[in-house]
Amino acid sequence: MSWLDFFRANRKPEPASATQAKERLQIVLAHERIGRTREDFLPRLQQDLVAVVARYVAIDPGKVNVALDRGGDISTLAIEIELPGAKPASAGASAEAVRA
Amino acid sequence: MAQVIVVTSGKGGVGKTTTSAAIATGLALAGKKTVVIDFDVGLRNLDLIMGVERRVVFDIVNVIQGEARLNQALIRDKRVDGLAILPASQTRDKDALTKEGVAEIIEELGKDFDYILCDSPAGIEKGALLALYFADQAIVVTNPEVSSVRDSDRILGVLQSKSKRAEEKRDKVKEHLLVTRYDPNRVERGEMLKLEDVREILAIPLLGVIPENESVLRASNTGMPVILDTESVAGQAYKDAVGRFLGEELPHRFLEPDKKPGLLRRLFGGRAA
Ligand SMILES: Nc1ncnc2c1ncn2[C@@H]1O[C@H](COP(=O)(O)OP(=O)(O)OP(=O)(O)O)[C@@H](O)[C@H]1O
Ligand SMILES: [Mg+2]
Repeated sequence: MSWLDFFRANRKPEPASATQAKERLQIVLAHERIGRTREDFLPRLQQDLVAVVARYVAIDPGKVNVALDRGGDISTLAIEIELPGAKPASAGASAEAVRA
Repeated sequence: MAQVIVVTSGKGGVGKTTTSAAIATGLALAGKKTVVIDFDVGLRNLDLIMGVERRVVFDIVNVIQGEARLNQALIRDKRVDGLAILPASQTRDKDALTKEGVAEIIEELGKDFDYILCDSPAGIEKGALLALYFADQAIVVTNPEVSSVRDSDRILGVLQSKSKRAEEKRDKVKEHLLVTRYDPNRVERGEMLKLEDVREILAIPLLGVIPENESVLRASNTGMPVILDTESVAGQAYKDAVGRFLGEELPHRFLEPDKKPGLLRRLFGGRAA
């Protein structure tokens, strides 16, 4: 520990990492506990949504971009499907998923 | 009927074997006939922690495969009466364990012992599933650290869905939380999850808190379960946990940090011993 650290140590501490640990755990476990009783439906939801779009337009499965953000109160599932052809190349499907 | 207790965690290296050895020894010291089974087939270690490694002849796999009798494989502890160890195999893999084989062993041990402790391997694969399958009670060993807490939560889910009790829809496996390697100094500095946070998140009854303590390493060096080191804080904390397990009401100790380090200590950066 240098002399500088010594003075730093006497200042108000930064928000402790243990607080972040607790918050992160609460969020991730809320989701994992849901998946325990009910099979996690998100992968199937993604597949179904893509399948629906595929019924109307030929899409390249490699050009489907899926982003999931698991939050505390609300989670968002964003599915971006690139549509082929001359028309503007992108459409978005967005679904609100699990509520924790 | 004997009570079957699994010591489990999901995550590796959190202190399951240390805990199995200490609690089995503590129960035997309290007059309960206790046997502790090493389920970590392929990575036998309980024998070392119990200090019986030189007496291992047969192991659980030999018994299951009919190559040895249960009585021949059991090692009776020389320090503590009523304590026995059933070692894991070092050479076979976990597939050598079968549910039927383990069932027979537990059934037979149940005639002679009050408590059957199962030291689970890490993970949620076959070995860990078999270790918890027959459990009436579970001691979930958790370190105050995100991955350990998450894995404990996961293993609690497994206990309530994949144990024999769950399958037969009987009363659920009784859960006990044991927080180990707890460092009150780091907690005070906000570097480590607080006991209350771990309790709040896992929400199961607290059996005890074992502080991070150098006596644990010393105990493993000498092959003496740490509970026999009655001077050490870890030994005392394990003794309290055994007391609570047997129904005593005891306050939780060793939760407060050391006295504030002096100026010189802070200047020269000594860490807590
Ligand atoms: N309270 C403690 N204080 C200090 N060190 C500890 C404490 N508890 C356990 N340890 C150390 O942590 C390490 C892992 O302990 P142990 O072997 O009991 O864990 P485990 O959960 O059985 O591991 P595995 O998952 O590999 O079976 C060992 O080196 C042990 O000495
Ligand atoms: Mg172990």
